Amino acid sequence: MDTSSDTAFFLGVTVVKVVVILWVLLTATAYLTWLERKVVAHIQSRWGPYRVGPHGLLQPLADGLKFLFKEDIVPADADRVIYWLAPFIAFTLAFLAIAVIPFGGSFSFHGHVIPFQITDLDVGLLFVLAVTSLGVYSIALAGWSSNSKYPLFGGLRSSAQMISYELSLGLALIGVLMITGTLSLRGIVEYQQQHGMWNIFKQPVGFLVYFTAAIAETNRVPFDLPEGETELVGGYHTEYSSFKFAMFFIAEYANMVTVSCVATLLFFGGWLGPLFGPPWLRTWLPVFWFCFKVFCFLFFYIWLRGTLPRFRYDQLMAFGWKVLLPVALLNILVTGAVVAASS
Amino acid sequence: MVILFYIAAIVAILAALGVVLQKTPVYSALLLIVVLCSLAVIYLLLGAEFIAFIQVIVYAGAIMVLFVLVIMLLNARRETPGQGSRMARWLGGPLLVVFLAEIVLAAWRQFPGAASPPPLNAGPAAIGQLLFRSYVLPFEVTSILILVAILGAVVLAKKS
Repeated sequence: MDTSSDTAFFLGVTVVKVVVILWVLLTATAYLTWLERKVVAHIQSRWGPYRVGPHGLLQPLADGLKFLFKEDIVPADADRVIYWLAPFIAFTLAFLAIAVIPFGGSFSFHGHVIPFQITDLDVGLLFVLAVTSLGVYSIALAGWSSNSKYPLFGGLRSSAQMISYELSLGLALIGVLMITGTLSLRGIVEYQQQHGMWNIFKQPVGFLVYFTAAIAETNRVPFDLPEGETELVGGYHTEYSSFKFAMFFIAEYANMVTVSCVATLLFFGGWLGPLFGPPWLRTWLPVFWFCFKVFCFLFFYIWLRGTLPRFRYDQLMAFGWKVLLPVALLNILVTGAVVAASS
Repeated sequence: MVILFYIAAIVAILAALGVVLQKTPVYSALLLIVVLCSLAVIYLLLGAEFIAFIQVIVYAGAIMVLFVLVIMLLNARRETPGQGSRMARWLGGPLLVVFLAEIVLAAWRQFPGAASPPPLNAGPAAIGQLLFRSYVLPFEVTSILILVAILGAVVLAKKS
């Protein structure tokens, strides 16, 4: 086969992968909202959505339509350009990170080996961190451009919170990088495969710090102060309505999926799991294991929301800087000593 | 690749002009982020993925957040040009020409006739070895300098 048709094939496959993955991710985020309402409802001895479709299964569709048809209100004093820009930044960044996430090994199709991943970057983990580090702008700008007091407070809180916790988040991952010696997400999973052991057993402290910081990064309970309803009405998106609000909403859930994917890949062996059955099942089982592990994390997120109360702001800051950060640093020191001693 | 380079380069230059010409501080800060991101794209085209993403994480994701935060806290809106701006208008043009000439000359001397610089060996391992072997002293001195600056900021903040 000549190179030009090879390139065309590669491009075609990539486009198909992008479309399929975006579709799956959008559907997953939509049904994540359904799952959240259901699980929290059952935790609180309620039924949750039940009217639209069997067990309320069509509720996300109804919500989507509702968002589309609601009136879009822009505050009179808002900075219009930035007010428009903020939800788009949030939405785009949330879906960009998924580009480097590998879901499984690879499968062959007409003699080509196609990996379950849009693109395999050598520094995939850095790409995810870079994209999520920009996410703070959408929230800060949304809060500022609304030109109203509650969104401004929400935006400020969120910026401070995300800067503080991003540090611990990055440092928590360094332990894993020191052990595996690669920044490639695929490489990190392959390392776990070769050594027959998930990284969680080698880096339990790193995982705890990472997941705590990640919950704070995604503004979820118990770290959801930027949008604390009881004190800030709704936080940074108070003044947003209709589909622009929906974009923030979808972005938040997509970010939860990304964070869960990274946790699965780095600490829980990614797509590794028991394989059995005919060849086609052996190809697709890893994808199932990956999705199952991500689902467990998402369930944990919702479970937390149904269980824990919100932190106070000074507690949040003190926890981030005085507990999480030193623990993450200590983890790096200990890991470094162990790696140096064993090599 | 060449098309991507020109897109990134033109975006970077236009955004950089915007940073200087904008009168609203928030727009200037946002355009500076655009400049940094298009520089990251150019690094990517050079094959320096590590530097590209570190550029985004450190400059766009950390330093510029502080800029935007300060602008938000001061709630700075449209600014009117002051006394200093008038001086800048007279001196700016000539200085611009001098600096441009200097950059073109330097680039010309470095790569005479070459269309693009040779590919870089800029993976994480290569950069780590440079930082912690060849340039370990400047690296450590810089980190101490930053530490001193942080301590100074804390002392100044505690005073009032």
